[in-house]
Amino acid sequence: MTARELSSRPRLAPGCRLSENNQQRILQMPERALRLNGPSLEIVQRCDGKHTVQQIVSELQQIYSKAQAQKVEEDILGYLALLQKERALDFEV
Amino acid sequence: MVPIRSRPHFDLAMTSTISNPLALIAELTHRCPLHCVYCSNPLELQSRSTELSTESWSRVFQEAASLGVLQADFTGGEPLARIDIVDLVRAARSAGLYVNLITSGLPLDESKLAALVAAGLDHIQLSFQGAREELSNEISGTKSHTQKLRVLEWVKQHRVALTLNFVIHHRNIDQLEEMVALAETSSATRIEFANVQYYGWAFANRETLLPTREQLARSIGVIKREQQRLEGRIRVEYVVPDYYAKYPKPCMGGWGRKLMLIAPSGDALPCHAAHVIPGLAFENVKDHGLREIWERSAAFQKFRGEDWMQEPCKTCDRREQDFGGCRCQASLLAGDAAATDPVCSLAPLRPKVDAILAAVNLAPASVAPGIAGPYIAEAPPANEPPTRPSWLYRPNPA
Repeated sequence: MTARELSSRPRLAPGCRLSENNQQRILQMPERALRLNGPSLEIVQRCDGKHTVQQIVSELQQIYSKAQAQKVEEDILGYLALLQKERALDFEV
Repeated sequence: MVPIRSRPHFDLAMTSTISNPLALIAELTHRCPLHCVYCSNPLELQSRSTELSTESWSRVFQEAASLGVLQADFTGGEPLARIDIVDLVRAARSAGLYVNLITSGLPLDESKLAALVAAGLDHIQLSFQGAREELSNEISGTKSHTQKLRVLEWVKQHRVALTLNFVIHHRNIDQLEEMVALAETSSATRIEFANVQYYGWAFANRETLLPTREQLARSIGVIKREQQRLEGRIRVEYVVPDYYAKYPKPCMGGWGRKLMLIAPSGDALPCHAAHVIPGLAFENVKDHGLREIWERSAAFQKFRGEDWMQEPCKTCDRREQDFGGCRCQASLLAGDAAATDPVCSLAPLRPKVDAILAAVNLAPASVAPGIAGPYIAEAPPANEPPTRPSWLYRPNPA
């Protein structure tokens, strides 16, 4: 199951969580930390095992309505693929 | 206890002139049920009576978080040897830190594991000495392997990240595929294959531990293949032995730049091995606040920045990438902690490292059991398996 399947529900993997440090939102993972802002934070906040990939795409297309919808979708799928490569996500059916 | 390794960089920008530390290595105790021949603890182990109290550690975690530290690495010795380990996990997590436990898994049972996870443990790094029981027990100097396999099953019941840490050396580097297969039976999302690095007990045993050049080349091929095959399922990381590298590792991400280690007694060190550097004095967290130590302690200042550098580092283009390599290795091999790390191909003392490697690579097959080659002609001494070296085992402190 991957981000390519729009009906899957991404969820942060065990040991991966959002935290805050010096007013900065951070995704903490085993031996890694990623600073999040803007769209990346909007995406990760929705990786809760409830939102489908399609829902994340639709919601961000609304938030970033000035951007081209197709581009928003591509960026989201690319970012989810990156997080999966980092092993930060599980995809539930 | 895992060997010293260069750590992944955190992807975070720094703002102040002295950047804040990102990880706190909490060496909770030097007590350990294992006696690994490559232990990174100092040769002089600290006894139980000198260990910091629960309250002192809790204060350290609070101070670390307000200094900007993101993560606490609980290590030792064996951190589970502390009877207050669940309280320590809770204290670090409630201070706001990401809590990582680096353990042999020996003093663990199902209820202790459940309590640790409930207290907020984020990540377990379970150390393995190999995939085969006999060799693992030999390397750790104790019967340990079977218990680790039990721990793998228990961890499956919990939502906690799991990394399997394999310490790699001459005797097990040809068994990487078996280790990957073992990890695939577990819930691990990460495997760390870290070659031994040569400090402490490993320095004493280095001639038996160093892999050959052929072994290393083969291992890199195996790792690349497994990384591709497991992408998206298990992250596979490989730390090669820096004796074979062209340039040194950016040890600890640079001296006093990202990491702070607190020894069992409360001494604050820039890295695991800093005791080997003559003349360095360490401040203790019982006497000073963490911020004060980080910003002003002479030990942390000593090799911060570039002013201390000698040639060729001083004018080298790579000085901001590797910071001249490892100060402790320079001290051990060059007898001067401010020298260029002798593993660097540009270092005046690189021939010393080459001589060590030459000895390992010309050694007879008797000490290279893992690779194909002619068997030794003479019979092994009685009462001893043919390939068993005379290890210097790490003892347990009082």
